[in-house]
Amino acid sequence: MRAGQSGLARCDFLDVDLDTFIGRIDGLEDRPVRPDLAAYDCRNNRLAQLGLEQDNFSEAVKSASERYGRERIGLFLGTSTSGILDTELAYRRRDPQTGALPANFNYAGSHSCYSVADFVQQALDLAGPAMVVSTACSSSAKVFGNAARMIQAGLCDAAVVGGVDSLCLTTLYGFNSLGLVSNLPCRPFDAERNGISIGEAAGFVLLEKAAAHSSPDTLLLLGVGESSDAYHMSSPHPEGAGARLAIQAALADAGLTSADIDYVNLHGTGTKANDTAEDQAVFNTFGGNIPCSSTKGATGHLLGAAGVTEAIISALCVRHGFIPGGLNTRTLDPSLKSHYLLQNRQQTVRRVLSNSLGFGGSNCSLVLGQGLKR
Amino acid sequence: MKPIKIYIEGVGIIGSGLNGWQSSQPVLAGTAPYIEAVIVIPPNDLLPSAERRRTGLPVKIALGVGCEAIANAQRNAAELPSVFASSAGDGENMHCIFDMLANNGHEVSPTRFHNSVHNAPSGYWSIATKSMAPSTSLACYNESFAAGLIEAATQVHAGSQAVALIAYDSPYPAPLHEKRPISSPFGIALVLTRDQTSRSLAELEIGISRKHCASTPIAIAQLETMRLGIPAARSLPLLAALASRTAGNIVFDYVAGNQLDVAIRPTGP
Repeated sequence: MRAGQSGLARCDFLDVDLDTFIGRIDGLEDRPVRPDLAAYDCRNNRLAQLGLEQDNFSEAVKSASERYGRERIGLFLGTSTSGILDTELAYRRRDPQTGALPANFNYAGSHSCYSVADFVQQALDLAGPAMVVSTACSSSAKVFGNAARMIQAGLCDAAVVGGVDSLCLTTLYGFNSLGLVSNLPCRPFDAERNGISIGEAAGFVLLEKAAAHSSPDTLLLLGVGESSDAYHMSSPHPEGAGARLAIQAALADAGLTSADIDYVNLHGTGTKANDTAEDQAVFNTFGGNIPCSSTKGATGHLLGAAGVTEAIISALCVRHGFIPGGLNTRTLDPSLKSHYLLQNRQQTVRRVLSNSLGFGGSNCSLVLGQGLKR
Repeated sequence: MKPIKIYIEGVGIIGSGLNGWQSSQPVLAGTAPYIEAVIVIPPNDLLPSAERRRTGLPVKIALGVGCEAIANAQRNAAELPSVFASSAGDGENMHCIFDMLANNGHEVSPTRFHNSVHNAPSGYWSIATKSMAPSTSLACYNESFAAGLIEAATQVHAGSQAVALIAYDSPYPAPLHEKRPISSPFGIALVLTRDQTSRSLAELEIGISRKHCASTPIAIAQLETMRLGIPAARSLPLLAALASRTAGNIVFDYVAGNQLDVAIRPTGP
């Protein structure tokens, strides 16, 4: 992001014949899951494993496990399509006589919505409460709320939250059928934006109960706000009413006002309707001066992994005093009123609000950063 | 770990031979015989007809049980946060998508696609009830009901006055059915509240333990088969205790050697 580089490239996934750009993680095809968990081998769990191997994450969880006990660490993951690519491909190999799926197809280890949490729980040797949240593109933002509630209720002392979503045919062709896939790398907030670019990602965060006196540079989950549009299955509320409710709920949960936020990490998918709705929700809450951007020009739309990826980006913004300018956007849509950044900025960032808005009108906003000195 | 105390204020149920809470109670309590029958989904005009036509079986079941539970609790659905729990969502719809992708030159119907998300029932529910309250959609394979109950309980613990928990499952058609058999469609809904009210049916104390004892069965043989054959029907022992108005402890299997311990105590007249 500092270099302004995007991970999007022309679609080269399997035999997909769409004129679009995707964010494909290279090499997953050659990286099976570890042998003792071979029953879970599928693209989605391979991606989860690759994610767990980054940034000493597994070691950090191991250390937390030693402190709290493996049964006291919860696991709450978001995904929209889990490992259904395996089923899509298995349907190409049905027995011509009986119609049966191939013998080596394993539903519970791949397609099942819970498969990714089952796999990650074993990979990290955890034994606390676990579940998968699958609310389309808000999934891995909402898991922060699950974890906070579980810790608050005393059902666990710490939690691994995250999201994993991988490329599959259902989402590529499905979004295409709705006319929502761009033929160019997605251009959030651009006057000529014409859809999303689909990416894939795994992201994980270890959450612990905040100490009574945390140091000023401790990164805190300050607030979670959730709402429903109650409007349409695949179109956002035109005035962004649901998104606005989620933003306000997150601020209220954090005990903050809009003036306490330094940067809004937008959902910013790059479709006409989504960006218009979100712009109204953000402008009506924050006004037109607060810097905003979408990072989807760099990553593509990560669907069920978008929330956690953008929460991690938001945390990095606080840690590094950095605000990423949106990529690919050339001419800002003059009808949008929020202060959308096209250039990177180096400035103090104490608190970020990050939006995740999904199909079915499922909205979630997170506030991350430093606490107020009150 | 202190158990979480909540109250059940309303129930809705749709299953084979279990059509509605009123008529299901004697069957669950063992005072009337269980008679297998096709599920009956009460007519529902909450969704505009254009939307209703597009919905699949899980949405119809979820709306049916949710509305029944909320009516029994005399609550306003628009004000309640909701928790949806299902092992897999709409099996028929997914089968059609896989079939299209494998055979029809990659065309997917837009309606089939937007119905494919796990939170489709939650989305339709919020549209039908005009509820902008938070709603989540969970999956935990065979333990999806237990996961939903924990999530709803923690929401009440975190300050919600009342939460609607809606658990449902429907079978996959062949060939997926052989790989993931779910025996028949089933749905239940509970309205769970923080405070006891005049409508409360029972008090629950919910905790997680690692005692490794067997999950609580249901005494009626056909219902025990149903309990084991449908993830959402893992709820049946709780409903049986509620129907027979008996106090007791119910153990639900959960993940990674954990179990959900639920102490139930009838309240009210």
